[in-house]
Amino acid sequence: MLQLKNVDVHYGSFKALNNINMTVDTGGLVVLLGANGAGKSTLFNAISGLIKPSAGNIEFEDKILNGMRPSAVVSAGVVQCAEGRQLFPQMSVHDNLMLGAYVHRKDKEGNRKRLNEVLELFPILEEKAHQPAGSLSGGQQQMVAIGRAMMSRPRLLMLDEPSLGLAPLVVKQMFETIQQINSLGTTVLLAEQNAFAALKIATHAYVMENGQLVMDGDRETMLGNEEVRKAYIGA
Amino acid sequence: MMFKLGALIMHPASKYALLALALLFPALAANEYQVYVMATAFIWAIAVYGFNVITGYCGQLNLAHGGFFAIGAYAVALLTADYGWNFWPAFIGALVITAVLGFLVGAVSLRLKEHYFAIFTLCVGFIIYLLLDKWEELTHGAIGVRGIAAPDGFGLVNFRETIPVYYLILFFLVFIIWFTSRIQKSLLGRTFIAIRNGDDLAESLGINLMKNKILAFVISTTYAGLAGALYAGMIRFVGPEDGNILHTFNMITYLLVGGIGTLFGPLIGTLGIVWITQSLQFLEEYRMIIFGPLLVILVIFFPLGVSGSFLTWMHRKAQALGLGPKKVQQESKVNTAREVENNA
Repeated sequence: MLQLKNVDVHYGSFKALNNINMTVDTGGLVVLLGANGAGKSTLFNAISGLIKPSAGNIEFEDKILNGMRPSAVVSAGVVQCAEGRQLFPQMSVHDNLMLGAYVHRKDKEGNRKRLNEVLELFPILEEKAHQPAGSLSGGQQQMVAIGRAMMSRPRLLMLDEPSLGLAPLVVKQMFETIQQINSLGTTVLLAEQNAFAALKIATHAYVMENGQLVMDGDRETMLGNEEVRKAYIGA
Repeated sequence: MMFKLGALIMHPASKYALLALALLFPALAANEYQVYVMATAFIWAIAVYGFNVITGYCGQLNLAHGGFFAIGAYAVALLTADYGWNFWPAFIGALVITAVLGFLVGAVSLRLKEHYFAIFTLCVGFIIYLLLDKWEELTHGAIGVRGIAAPDGFGLVNFRETIPVYYLILFFLVFIIWFTSRIQKSLLGRTFIAIRNGDDLAESLGINLMKNKILAFVISTTYAGLAGALYAGMIRFVGPEDGNILHTFNMITYLLVGGIGTLFGPLIGTLGIVWITQSLQFLEEYRMIIFGPLLVILVIFFPLGVSGSFLTWMHRKAQALGLGPKKVQQESKVNTAREVENNA
């Protein structure tokens, strides 16, 4: 579904991503592990079209994403839910969600149906629909952020550290929901520092260090890998 | 007590009371001069509504806004005085000219971001001013344009008189407020706000930045052109000083004081400052000694402006009282700050 071939990204003279080769298969839940500053968000931004790669190719379902406008990438079916939630705090939850459906704005019936599906995933948001998104708790805001991304009807959903700053119980629910989204047919690429929780739901995982992918494997391989356990799980 | 008063102000019926007050103003005013001042304030308010679309909602500080006001005024002035057009065709012409020029300037300037965009548009505003002043063959230069046609009346209505023209301008102001509220409630308005919150975030939602920024720019310049056209029809003289960059800074002040990005901020700020300025006329140039510090205090302690601070205070108070949006709406017809603003 998504294939990155020899992708480099530069910020000026600094090489932020170095020769990235990565594959995300249709229906998979692929986890990208890495410490702060490893380059996970840069990689997501490159796939989303927010940053232009200096070398290499990003292919999604036989389309080359390099050079595409970010809005065209969203229309193609690749949607990013950025780190830090980034909601419109003054807008209501409903308006935030509906902005996610921007690329399908003419399909009102489809959007209504999609909104119901999102509210089934996050029932609490129905109660809060008329509240300003900024007045919600961190966990609820993360639900709005994921819900908004889901409103774009992604075929590939990229979640950048959705568990960041959330209470442990909320994190658990969040990972269950991500797994549910995946089981309903959306391919997920998940960047996380919470390696144990992420690997438990992953079909495949990559490890990123200093802008390079240094390791990859399926869930069992990664969970059993001594280096991964030491560096990211702490066991 | 204060909350109840606030809820009363935010009651949907308040806008009709405000409209009734505006309709009765000529009867309540002490003299015709006050009606004239109010009509002029309404014209500036229309222009500030335009400024609010591009700067308040969309987050792009357009410092050429006063220039587009002058283009609207000059379009009517030149088409009626030099080419013999009637007012209304010239008025439509002014809207088309400001929209087209807005599109052209927007298409170039909006490639820049933030302060680079602001500096670029500042230069555009200054170029417009210089053209009005120096291009004598077209604009009559420093002597300005006289003999501008007044809006054509009908029946006994003669728009050369102050009171009929007051109602004409009020009609356009009400239309502009209604139109802006429609934009604000629509997906287009939310798209502009999304862009204001950040280019990357807006783009990651699939929003075409350039298209929407240009659209906001064209809407704003058309508002400015409309205000300028009405100004020319009412004052019936225009000169290069109408394109002075200072007008843009006045509009920024009106918007900051009233409440940037709010529906009633442009009206509150413009009317408030125009009337405060009028009441301090006896101090002549020294009025700025009082007016300046007042503005500084307002901006420091109420950075959201009068309207924005009030809405935020009401929302916090509603939350503190444990009134959810629906409950508040039931009890006092107050909704969340943003929704009330949308409903108004």
